[in-house]
Amino acid sequence: MIRIAVTLALMAPAAFAGEIWVTNEKDDTISVISTETLEVIQTYETGERPRGIIFSRDYSRVYICASDSNAVQVMDPETGKILNDLPSGDDPEQFVLHPNDRHLYIANEDDAITTVVDTETRKVIAQIDVGVEPEGMAVSPDGKIAITTSETTNMAHWIDTETQKLFANTLVDSRPRHAEFVKGGTEMWVSAEIGGTITVFRTADQTELAKIEFAVQGVHPDRVQPVGFEFTAGDTHAFVALGPSNHVAVVNTETYEVEDYILVGRRVWHMAFNADRSLLFTTNGVSGDVTVIDVAAREAIKSIKVGRFPWGAAFRPTD
Amino acid sequence: MILTNLVRQLIAMAIAILVPAGLWAETSLTIGYLKIAQPRPPTLSNLDPVPEDSGFAGARTGLQDNLTTGKFLDQTYELITAVVGEGEDTLAAAREMLAVTPYLVIDAGAADLLNIADLPEASTALLFNVSAGAPDLRSGNCRANVLHTAASDAMRTDALAQVLVQKRWDDLVMIVGTHAADQSYAEAMRRSLTKFGLRLEGEKTWVFDADMRRNAAQEVPLFTQDFGDYDALILADEVHDFGRYVLYNTWAARPVVGSEGLSAVAWSPVIEQWGAAQLQSRFAEQNGREMNAQDYAAWAALRTLGEAVTRTNASDVATLRGYILSDEFELAGFKGRPLSYRDWNGQLRQPIAVAHPRALVAQAPLEGFLHQVNEMDSLGVDRPESMCEVFE
Repeated sequence: MIRIAVTLALMAPAAFAGEIWVTNEKDDTISVISTETLEVIQTYETGERPRGIIFSRDYSRVYICASDSNAVQVMDPETGKILNDLPSGDDPEQFVLHPNDRHLYIANEDDAITTVVDTETRKVIAQIDVGVEPEGMAVSPDGKIAITTSETTNMAHWIDTETQKLFANTLVDSRPRHAEFVKGGTEMWVSAEIGGTITVFRTADQTELAKIEFAVQGVHPDRVQPVGFEFTAGDTHAFVALGPSNHVAVVNTETYEVEDYILVGRRVWHMAFNADRSLLFTTNGVSGDVTVIDVAAREAIKSIKVGRFPWGAAFRPTD
Repeated sequence: MILTNLVRQLIAMAIAILVPAGLWAETSLTIGYLKIAQPRPPTLSNLDPVPEDSGFAGARTGLQDNLTTGKFLDQTYELITAVVGEGEDTLAAAREMLAVTPYLVIDAGAADLLNIADLPEASTALLFNVSAGAPDLRSGNCRANVLHTAASDAMRTDALAQVLVQKRWDDLVMIVGTHAADQSYAEAMRRSLTKFGLRLEGEKTWVFDADMRRNAAQEVPLFTQDFGDYDALILADEVHDFGRYVLYNTWAARPVVGSEGLSAVAWSPVIEQWGAAQLQSRFAEQNGREMNAQDYAAWAALRTLGEAVTRTNASDVATLRGYILSDEFELAGFKGRPLSYRDWNGQLRQPIAVAHPRALVAQAPLEGFLHQVNEMDSLGVDRPESMCEVFE
């Protein structure tokens, strides 16, 4: 079964060729993994403590949160050259690109601020006060709402992108880490690392629709800590990284039930899919590697050694 | 159609703005930080002065965290402070503060803490112990109105004992100082060694009055020679007087643990995992120094109250105390696990760092030390052995 999955990946048509870019927090580098060969094909140097990573819509630029350099760096993904830095506020950790392909919403972890930067003029257009230790960032598909989650305040802050002001603050469980809009933007999911849950909100009125809980056999509930998550094609399932429990959960997005747990590397954090979402790449901070999951089989098929403390991951098509 | 959607969204936003304001009417909490100065015995070294604001600085950072969260919920916090000098009237100062607020963070020795807790004015108050480590305060001498965010000595010695077990350093010897704090640490250590099946093969009291800064290389080898062979040497030197001169001067080449060397502490500047780097840098920026265990205990006390207010939107003692001691309560304390309170003696459950001054070596509870309720309860006085009954 494993062999078949790998073979299929290798035979994938050219249209699906691509790379997974992984930031290595403690190496100040990016490892580039080929989604065909499942090997590291390139390593690029970045600023200090790279974490969040995201591509522009046409993939001509890659934005990197260089947290300890207090900048968002703009890199040319063809050459690995840093083109310029964007002002980002102090300690940028995680960010999201507005559908207008122009505005970055950046969580400034040390300052309890969300900074909005115009990537064309390279100017800060707004700074919004949020809770302590902002981290998770999301923007709705229609671009009207941006979300910041704050780890110590334990809230999702809802930002009206028209006015750049908060219009709602919703409490979630302890240490919210990651947020995503789902199902065309009708739902908004927030993971809570210490709370051990994902809260599902209805976007229209910010009410809580569901709370997803996790239980990994043989692992103390305290160590089951949901962090990053991504959705399969059609948003039918969520793959949820469970931190130090070293597992990824597969959640049915209709029933909100967990269907599977997949063993991966140590302290699994964030993840990215390949082009057709048949493979999922998870960053495992403590073991310093990336686990490749066969999405259909729900099995880990390979570990790829990257740099120290891999954190963020993003996909880039190469044709 | 687009217009209708937009209008609907605007209405939704308007409701979102109005509803929380209506639901969460302003809640305000005043918290008092009361410091009772404790005599500090002289130490040989002048290298590490205790910061004047030890503890209080942590409360200040906790207050800041609470305020940032509170502004989204119309909840405000105020921190007032008083310092009682040696020989001044402790109880009068406590009464004065209790007249303002029932929420006190107490930075005092065990005796003063109990005297304050037993005041009639404190019977409906909620006190947080951020200094006293005596296991007795969590057992026979517990009080229903006192919660402990400071780790007990027993939690710390249990944490170290777990590391000794894991490393198979079974044969141990101990040097004990003459101060009360040293004695009580040694007592907790003996209990932990018994609890985890380790052997204490020798024990000596440190009685030198020479200046060891000049003599350690001559005296310490002789002093430790008659211990014979052992796996590790434990120091009970909680005032940090002589211990530092024992390292690298022992007769046998063995690791030194306890009050110096490899130490079990509730907080240390070397903790950076579990998001702790953020708390460390936030603290350092606000206070211009590194965060210590007492700062951490005070921070945890403030955050405990903040978390309870956030979740209940109440400000009365009965509601907050009930919530804090319930299963619902969890505090994200930058130690990798949710922290909670033991509802049978008021002690904050927390992992304990086992560290040397430059790095974290382990964090207890260690893997393999299981417990039927919560692995963190393998540290400190556990429910069956606790004589605390006033919480039941």
